[in-house]
Amino acid sequence: MTAIPMADGLILGAILFSLGLAGLLLRRNLLFILVSIEIMLNGAGVAFVAAGSRWGQPDGEVLFLFILAAAAAEVSVGLALLLRYFHRRQTLDAESMSETRG
Amino acid sequence: MTNFAHIAFYLAGAVAVLATVLAITRLVAVHALLYLIVSLLAVAVDFYIMGAPLLAALEVIIYAGAIVVLFVFVVMMLNLGTQARETERLWLTGRAWIGPAILSALLLAELIYLILRPPLLGSLSGVTSPKQIAIALYGPYVLGVELASMLLLGALVGACHLGRSSLSETEVQR
Repeated sequence: MTAIPMADGLILGAILFSLGLAGLLLRRNLLFILVSIEIMLNGAGVAFVAAGSRWGQPDGEVLFLFILAAAAAEVSVGLALLLRYFHRRQTLDAESMSETRG
Repeated sequence: MTNFAHIAFYLAGAVAVLATVLAITRLVAVHALLYLIVSLLAVAVDFYIMGAPLLAALEVIIYAGAIVVLFVFVVMMLNLGTQARETERLWLTGRAWIGPAILSALLLAELIYLILRPPLLGSLSGVTSPKQIAIALYGPYVLGVELASMLLLGALVGACHLGRSSLSETEVQR
């Protein structure tokens, strides 16, 4: 009985992380940028869980819980900022933010 | 049986990668969120196979159940216009649901197979129980728990402040 190799879990996390990074760089919609950040955090969490299950220690899973808390905090503040920006500008285009001052 | 666990792991990983690719390339936000939910569910299946059943449950409950629902609420609030009904009709076409439905049906079949084979979970090496995680969380990591709680408190206050000021702004405009 062999467990899943750690490298495969790490590769899955890396693929998810780079997909999120690609989405972050390619999309110009603020909502999709936030979604891409969620995907990146999730990929980092997959890497933590894969490494934690390799050593049979709960540390990787504890760190995933911290990532979960950070993601929840980030997304709530980010979405509140997004709503405020939309009410002011009536757009979600990130390019239009280059005109902001201050 | 080990082979089956490996096949299930790679199948769920492929579903996760495919759903993520589709999520970041959709034009309509709700379609992207549907694919994101499927991707998170696939990652939860992978967590289960890697021996972290508690995190698989938390991935479904918090990521797919709370964070994505926040996104869905915001998408709904952004579309409160006169054309809202028309966009609703556009979103409810059957074609938009086929992709996520096929991918999550794949995950459902995998999950049912895993449930029907109870010795699978025990046979994998290194299944961490929730008790172990709780002991680690409130033992060596208790400072991190305090910091996470302060971070969440700060996010709560910040989101409350930003949301309230944006609401009062629109009221002034009206």
